[in-house]
Amino acid sequence: MQKEYKTITEISGPLVFADIDEPVGYDEMVEIETPNGDVRRGQVLESTSEFVAIQVFEGTSGIDRDSSVRFLGETLQMPLTEELLGRVLSGSGEPIDGGPEIEPDEEREIVGAAINPTAREYPQEFIQTGVSAIDGMNTLIRGQKLPIFSGSGLPHNDLALQIARQASVPEEEQEGEEGSEFAVIFGAMGITQEEANEFMDDFERTGALERSVVFMNLADDPAVERTVTPRMALTTAEYLAFEEDYHVLVILTDMTNYCEALREIGAAREEVPGRRGYPGYMYTDLAQLYERAGRIEGREGSVTQIPILTMPGDDDTHPIPDLTGYITEGQIYIDRDLNSQGIEPPVNVLPSLSRLMDDGIGEGFTREDHADVSDQAYAAYAEGEDLRDLVNIVGREALSELDNKYLDFADAFEEEFVQQGHDTNRSVDETLDIGWELLSGLPKEALNRIDEDLIEEYYVEDESEEVAQTAD
Amino acid sequence: MSQATASETTDEGVIESVSGPVVTATDLGARMNDVVYVGEEGLMGEVIEIEGNITTIQVYEETSDVAPGEPVENTGEPLSVDLGPGMLDSIYDGVQRPLDVLEEKMGAFLDRGVDAPGIDLEKTWEFNPDVEVGDEVTPGDVVGIVPETESIDHKVLVPPGYEGGAVAAVESGSFTVDEAVVELENGEEIAMRQEWPVREPRPTVEKETPTTPLISGQRILDGLFPIAKGGTAAIPGPFGSGKTVTQHQLAKWADADIVVYVGCGERGNEMTEVIEDFPELEDPKTGKPLMSRTCLIANTSNMPVAARESCVYTGITIAEYYRDMGYDVALMADSTSRWAEAMREISSRLEEMPGEEGYPAYLAARLSEFYERAGKFQNLNGSEGSISAIGAVSPPGGDFSEPVTQNTLRIVKCFWALDADLAERRHFPSINWNESYSLYTEQLDPWWRENVDEEYPEVRQWAVDVLDEESELQEIVQLVGKDALPDDQQLTLEVARYIREGWLQQNAFHDVDTYCEPEKTYLMLTAIQHFNEEAFEALEAGVPVEEIVDVEAIPRLNRMNTQEDYEAYIEELKDDVAEQLRERY
Ligand SMILES: Nc1ncnc2c1ncn2[C@@H]1O[C@H](COP(=O)(O)OP(=O)(O)OP(=O)(O)O)[C@@H](O)[C@H]1O
Ligand SMILES: [Mg+2]
Repeated sequence: MQKEYKTITEISGPLVFADIDEPVGYDEMVEIETPNGDVRRGQVLESTSEFVAIQVFEGTSGIDRDSSVRFLGETLQMPLTEELLGRVLSGSGEPIDGGPEIEPDEEREIVGAAINPTAREYPQEFIQTGVSAIDGMNTLIRGQKLPIFSGSGLPHNDLALQIARQASVPEEEQEGEEGSEFAVIFGAMGITQEEANEFMDDFERTGALERSVVFMNLADDPAVERTVTPRMALTTAEYLAFEEDYHVLVILTDMTNYCEALREIGAAREEVPGRRGYPGYMYTDLAQLYERAGRIEGREGSVTQIPILTMPGDDDTHPIPDLTGYITEGQIYIDRDLNSQGIEPPVNVLPSLSRLMDDGIGEGFTREDHADVSDQAYAAYAEGEDLRDLVNIVGREALSELDNKYLDFADAFEEEFVQQGHDTNRSVDETLDIGWELLSGLPKEALNRIDEDLIEEYYVEDESEEVAQTAD
Repeated sequence: MSQATASETTDEGVIESVSGPVVTATDLGARMNDVVYVGEEGLMGEVIEIEGNITTIQVYEETSDVAPGEPVENTGEPLSVDLGPGMLDSIYDGVQRPLDVLEEKMGAFLDRGVDAPGIDLEKTWEFNPDVEVGDEVTPGDVVGIVPETESIDHKVLVPPGYEGGAVAAVESGSFTVDEAVVELENGEEIAMRQEWPVREPRPTVEKETPTTPLISGQRILDGLFPIAKGGTAAIPGPFGSGKTVTQHQLAKWADADIVVYVGCGERGNEMTEVIEDFPELEDPKTGKPLMSRTCLIANTSNMPVAARESCVYTGITIAEYYRDMGYDVALMADSTSRWAEAMREISSRLEEMPGEEGYPAYLAARLSEFYERAGKFQNLNGSEGSISAIGAVSPPGGDFSEPVTQNTLRIVKCFWALDADLAERRHFPSINWNESYSLYTEQLDPWWRENVDEEYPEVRQWAVDVLDEESELQEIVQLVGKDALPDDQQLTLEVARYIREGWLQQNAFHDVDTYCEPEKTYLMLTAIQHFNEEAFEALEAGVPVEEIVDVEAIPRLNRMNTQEDYEAYIEELKDDVAEQLRERY
């Protein structure tokens, strides 16, 4: 029997404290019923023999000391079934699309156990996103966690949607393999209705909704609910990937709102705060989300994560992007300057990184010249970037011919390679060919990151002469 | 973890409260650091505070659903590891539970409440005695040899706590790790397995001054900032700057006998990469699979935080045990910041008085105790062994002024500073040559003179000087452009560029470049120095700098790194450079 108490002693922010006389498990689910019949759900954050601290997901407003508290004897579960595809749920997993009740095949704790490192399979399958700045320079791999570091007002959602629309595994398609199906899990945390519509419209327009599960916690929904939304989303992702063989792409937005919710709970518990007021355990907490990406030996499916976060003040040393970068396998930077130049998508490739790229590209994966082209383009673009500062001071004439070529390269790289528009889908071959075209504006001797045989094969000869002439 | 203690409960208590990994219990008779089993499921934990009747415990597993009123059992023993054959070619979690055994028992996801011995208690090993009846033995002495893996002979030692004495009986042949293989006259029995509490250093006779480099096959490390066998090093750097790749490179190519790799609070996939790669790779020294000299400890970021705190101790204790056998052990810990954060998290749940940035006041002490366990030692049995400890540091926001970096730098003798700027332009390894240092350079010079070339220290100093000059010149270039510099300075910049691009840069993912032997490191640098001399001669003879840098052979300096047959390549390259330059005057 569920024991019911009317023993609330304190209500503080998102927390409720209640006295108990029978032990309650840590993390256990709680229902609180207000005198007017409202039921709120929560979770035990601290359990002692005399009292418990409860974190209430749906907000504490309306709860008073006469409210009753019921302990459900189990931790928070997510109902799981393949039928979830096509459904829109609230941030705590209740259907909000007017559709039928969910009839689960099974229920799972949303906390999720860690994947044993011996059971993981190292991710190596290249996902073609059709976006040159990603495919060419920061390749996405199946089972990777690759966040988008953005700022407020920047078009990170367009990029995420473009990836969700265009993602494919060309190798599989070529070989005519059946391959597992693609599914998208979208976990929204504290985003505006407008942003939510942007996503939903796109999902509906492209028919993607059928193979998606949407979890919606909007800006005016309770903040504490945001702490469970990504766990619900990831539990669903793991189920679809490792039981139902789907290749699942999980988009989580906006992780910044998630972290704010953590901070709020920490403050309510009067914990010793870590950097900038965020809880000291935020690294561990975020890792428990991000590490749920991956592949498992002997299972068909995969969980790939693209968390989106807006960096407060565009500052990547802020704890949210900083801790994220320390956990994820790289990051994609959206850049304010490139955006105002009209570059679409405005990806700044220099600080961007995909750590799983090295093992997922090259002969047999993408193309033999991929690693060298990307390396060289990085080095040349960085060189050109450096020279831009100098050129402002001394002017182009004071620079050597080679330096001028680096400057041209940097401009062309942004305008032709990175720039492509949110509706253009480029194959990796096209991307690399554009890379060669631009690199061929530099003399062969300057291409020291590229194997000589590859230069022989791919260097675009006349192009270099043309550029040399115009430079004269 | 150690098994023998699991059943000998000495006391019981009752859970009073649960908050994340911290549980308090009442009525538990326990000493500090005793291992206890918590709750109905028997989750493993360690006593970290005793106040009156309340005992505080950090639990090494998830505590969801654990409730006050459930029992706590004390084993009466401190957190210990099992030491014996079978540790190499293994992968453990932070409390020495073998992860492959856990996978067999509970599938792909780590469940809780499952225990498994650190070394297989059923497996038999071939014991070859090294003593005879009547021999006198004392603690630390080798009583026999067990072929543990293809490359390593495991030495069975008289445990440090023993009294020792004359050997009464000796066995030979196949035994399990718990069967006595040697018996002493005083009744003491020696088996292949022994236990040791992780927080206590194993005894030695004395620490010695290290004089041999730990060759890593990484040019910038071996060539400029070498670490000694028995040395300590820190690799601090912001995310994505190359800490893990550097640690993996060391684990792969360092010329140690044994490698203990501790993945402390980092990514699961990085451990998987090691598990998949290492069995395929050959130890450059022995030609045997790398895994056969490696012990992995993986407590990834999503695994319980208390076990993250203990994993570095588990690692260094295992390292000490192989050191006692007379081996050179290299231990990598990636990342020590996660260990420090685990300390902070537990400390804050205990409501201890926080020190700098919330870290406990004992942070500095813990760090130095850890690095103190590294060194070159004379062992109890008279042999020499060493532990080189290399810790990655992950400073928040990449800011080196934070407490973990600062406290670490006060202790370690090599500082390999990673630089986000270099990483952004894909200059790898992105170790900043201006900021980094090694305090071992001088004591290792004799080794280089003797084993590589009499001239090496001078050539290195030349390279350091050129790089220094370059960084000064760069400041001017930033203001006026390169062309405004006099010819000789322009030429110096060019030489420095080849040192950076041709020598310092090294691609960990290139089949040949990934490992560079000391001879090659030296020869490559002499080729650049030779170019420097020839070029300045040409300049003096009146050849303009634009023409000098245009000489066809010179860019080949950037391709020496990928040559397998580098000696011939470098000889030819030097000839071509000299010839083509001299043609101009
Ligand atoms: N020596 C190297 N050669 C080639 N590439 C390298 C080298 N070192 C680093 N890299 C590149 O840099 C990326 C990031 O390196 P690494 O994962 O070691 O960073 P890290 O400092 O450990 O970051 P974190 O703190 O987030 O774990 C690698 O994935 C690789 O692409
Ligand atoms: Mg790392």
